[in-house]
Parts: sequence; C-alpha cells; structure tokens
Amino acid sequence: MRVMVLVKATEDSEQGFNPTPETMAMMEAMGKFNEDLEKAGILLAGDGLKPSSEAKRVAFDGAGRSVIDGPFAETRELVAGFWLWQVKDMDEAVAWVKRCPNPMPGPSEIEIRPIYELEDLLPQAGG
Amino acid sequence: MTTGETHRAIEAVFRIERARLIGGLARLVRDVDRAEELAQDALVIALSEWPGTGIPVNPGAWLMTAAKRRAIDAIRRDRMRDRKHEELVREQGGTTDSAAEDEMIAAMDEDPGDELLGLIFTACHPVLSPDARAALTLRVVGGLATDEIARAFLTSEATIAQRIVRAKKTIGKAGLTFEVPRGRERAERLASVLEVIYLIFNEGYAATSGEDLVRPALCQEAQRLARMLAALMPGDDPENAEIFGLLALIEIQASRLPARTGPDGALLTLNQQNRAHWDRLLIRRGLEALERAQAIRGDGPYALQAALAACHARAFTPAETDWGRIAALYDRLRVVMPSPVVDLNRAVAYSMAFGPEAGLRLIDQLASAAALRNYAPLPAARGDFLLRAGRPVEARAAFETAAGLTRNARERDFLLARAEACG
Repeated sequence: MRVMVLVKATEDSEQGFNPTPETMAMMEAMGKFNEDLEKAGILLAGDGLKPSSEAKRVAFDGAGRSVIDGPFAETRELVAGFWLWQVKDMDEAVAWVKRCPNPMPGPSEIEIRPIYELEDLLPQAGG
Repeated sequence: MTTGETHRAIEAVFRIERARLIGGLARLVRDVDRAEELAQDALVIALSEWPGTGIPVNPGAWLMTAAKRRAIDAIRRDRMRDRKHEELVREQGGTTDSAAEDEMIAAMDEDPGDELLGLIFTACHPVLSPDARAALTLRVVGGLATDEIARAFLTSEATIAQRIVRAKKTIGKAGLTFEVPRGRERAERLASVLEVIYLIFNEGYAATSGEDLVRPALCQEAQRLARMLAALMPGDDPENAEIFGLLALIEIQASRLPARTGPDGALLTLNQQNRAHWDRLLIRRGLEALERAQAIRGDGPYALQAALAACHARAFTPAETDWGRIAALYDRLRVVMPSPVVDLNRAVAYSMAFGPEAGLRLIDQLASAAALRNYAPLPAARGDFLLRAGRPVEARAAFETAAGLTRNARERDFLLARAEACG
C-alpha cells in the first residue's frame, strides 16, 4: 500500500526556515532518516513546504473561483512537509514514523493517510 | 495501548530489522536457518521486555545484541561440552578461549547496509537455481511467509518450503560467507542478483499463468529490492550502472500497471492502453534512475531496455513515439543481448521509423531462425508490415498463419479479425 505521511505545521514552521545550529542539526538528522527510508526501499517522494504566508488557496463554489492569500490560521491543521511511502501495511508505516527525528523544535504531529489504490475505486462485486 | 496493539507495534519494528538481523547473524553462524532462529529468539525477548521498557532508541542494534548473545551462549555451551572431555585428560583449569567471542563483539558495530547486502548477494548466489534464489530472497530479504511465496508463484507450499530448505543447505555446503563479493567475482554475482530481482518482477508483471495476469505484490517486492540495492550500492561506480538500469526498467514498466488490463481482465498492448492512467511518479523515478545509469556510462542490457521503455513513457500518445531512437537502441541492444526476439522487435521499430519495407527486409532475414519458427508474433508483425506496404493478400495469409500458431484464444480472435479486415 502507499501512504502519504504529512508533517503538520507548528508556529515554528510557519515562521519559515531559519538556519541556526539547532535547525541545521535537525536537517541533518532528517537527511539521515531519509537515507534510511531509501535503503529500506519504501521512499517514493517527499519534500518540505514553505510556510503558508507564501501559499494561496483557491476557493471553489459552483462556477466561482476565488483566490485567498496566506498566511492561514488554524496553524496545527496545516501541512509543513510530506512523504509518499510504499509500505506493506499501516503498522509498518507507524513503525517508520516513530523513528522519524522530531521534525519541529516543540511538540508536533505527523499524520499517516493511506492512498486510494485502483482496487479501492472499482465497484465492489454485489455492492 | 492494549497488549495486542503493543505486540503488533513490536512486530512491525522487528519486520523492518529482520533481514539485516538475519544477514548479520548468518555471517556469524554461517547458517541461514540458525540465523533465522536467532532473529526469532530476539523477537521473543523483545516481546517480553519492550512492553515494560518501551521500544529502544536503536531497536536494530538492541535486537542484534540480544540475538548475538544467544548465539554466544550456544557456542559456549558447545565448547563446555568439548572441554570437559579435555579437562578430564589434562586436569587443567579453564582458560576461556575467547577469541571467537571477541570477534563476535567486534562484529556488532558493522555497517547494517553491508550486512543486508551480504544477505542479498548470498541468497542470490549463482550456486542456486534462479527459482531457488527467488524463493529464498523473498523469504529472508522480503520477509514473505512460505505460503505467500507459494501463492505468488502459483505452486504448493510444500514445493516452496522444500526449495528453501535445499537452498539453505546448498549455501551451507558451499561454505558461503555472507559477505559482499569484491574483485573479479563481483560482476558475476551482481548479475545474478539483478536476474533474480527481474525474475520476481516479471513473475508478477507478465504472469504467464493463473487467473490474474498481473500479480502486483510480486512487482512491489521486486521494486523494493531494486530500490534497496540502488540505495545501498555506491552510485558512482560504473560497475553498478546496471542496478540503476534495472531499477529504471522496472519502475517504468510498473508505471503501466494501472493501464495494462482491460475491463475483462485481458492484457492491453502499449497502443491500447489509456496513457492517462500511467503512474507519472513512477515514470519520473524511472527516468531519474535511467539518468543515473547513463551518467556512469550504463549501456548494458537493463539500461538499454530501460531507455526503450523510457521512449514509450515519454510519449503521451502512440503517435508521439520516437521510433528513430527506438530503432537505434535496438541496434545496440542486439549487440549486448543477442536474441531473435530482440531482432523481431527491432524489425517492428524499423518499420515504424523507416516504413514497412524496412521492417520486411529485416523480418525476412529472421524467418528462418529456429527459435521463431512457431512464434506467432513473427507472422503477425509480418502481416502488419505487408498490409501497410499495400500487399493485403499476403498480409491476410500472414495473419492467418499467426492465428494458427497462438494458443491464446483472445489473441487468435484478434489475429483472425485482422486477417478478415485485409479483404
């Protein structure tokens, strides 16, 4: 199965990247973790996202499209980075996420979302 | 967390570490079976200790230490047995022969990637048949259970179990060391590893029998193995170019999995596939791997086949296909991997790049090849060239010959319909 692993934003990450000894050490630990993911053959893609102050949202309502400039509130619901992994099951994904170095200086969260695969989208027999 | 959840979490950690544990332990005890047992022992210890202590910071090292202690204890017990005998004779106090033990402790800090690679190279050793290599690799590196492997290869569990037991015995008898080969031996051993990965991939991709024409679980195992190998082996050594070639080839082939079967389960040709369903991420990964192969002058069979696959992957519609480039790639492929099938595909590429007459010239040189005498795709391709060259009567006869050679009912219907359409 494939999963999208979402590193949730914090007040810190919303400030943008600031190269201090601490953040550089964190980047290095994250680089090592990425290497481990590659060596395990599960890493498909991944990147870090700039703060929402540089983001835009497009709101949809019928034919209407309106553009909203960042930054956005509800910081903890925002995404600061992502990976795409191919794993055997959710247990494996959780075990890998637990190995991830702290992605933020303070408390933070990482969310694991299974991706719809082709077979999930096919009409179920007898359904 | 309930006990059940805790155990599942520990087992998930164990699964991540298992192959490397077996690799490291097998180096020590020179016995895959024993290494598997020791790894399992380490899991049992973890299941009893971790619920109290929590999962250690470096679970891999923890499990390895636990398993190696077990191994050392067993060796000590054996030695005690031997020594009692000696002591009776010499009446001497026990000076502990600790050389072997020191060696073990020293080996604990080895590079985990190297241990994993050593296991892959040993499970794929040329002393084993390709089938045995594939089964053993899926078992010890992929962590698949025997019944899963049996299902994947559409054979009985007993057959696979026996195949694995024999493979382990052969490795023991040959005295293999579970090291990564160096020097002259390396190229041959690496070729053997790549062959196994591609065999596993093809068993899933081009399923020759069984109800499902595609078994994605096997494709995924092969992709994982190829990605592991690409990440673990130095990427700047031209001798490793074919690793990236193979990775590129299977990533690009796998990108077509969502588009390869029709609603009735039949396989679709490249031209029939809905290219919007190709997995663009896998294509991108494949193209990146191909670039890495080419950057270190990769020009072997896998890199060339990947380059061919890439030509199709880059074309959003069949009409955009760069057939001139494909024809040139086949010119090179037939040199490094001579085969009548490659020559036939080359003829098809020539017909597309330079017109049906060019294809006919090449295919008529091939018609006498013994390997292709009863090969339906040859008269099928010839029929296509003839029709495009404005020779419908001969084309019809060629399609009918092809229909008479194929054993696949769906393909026969398709060829007869083409014959009919020649008028």
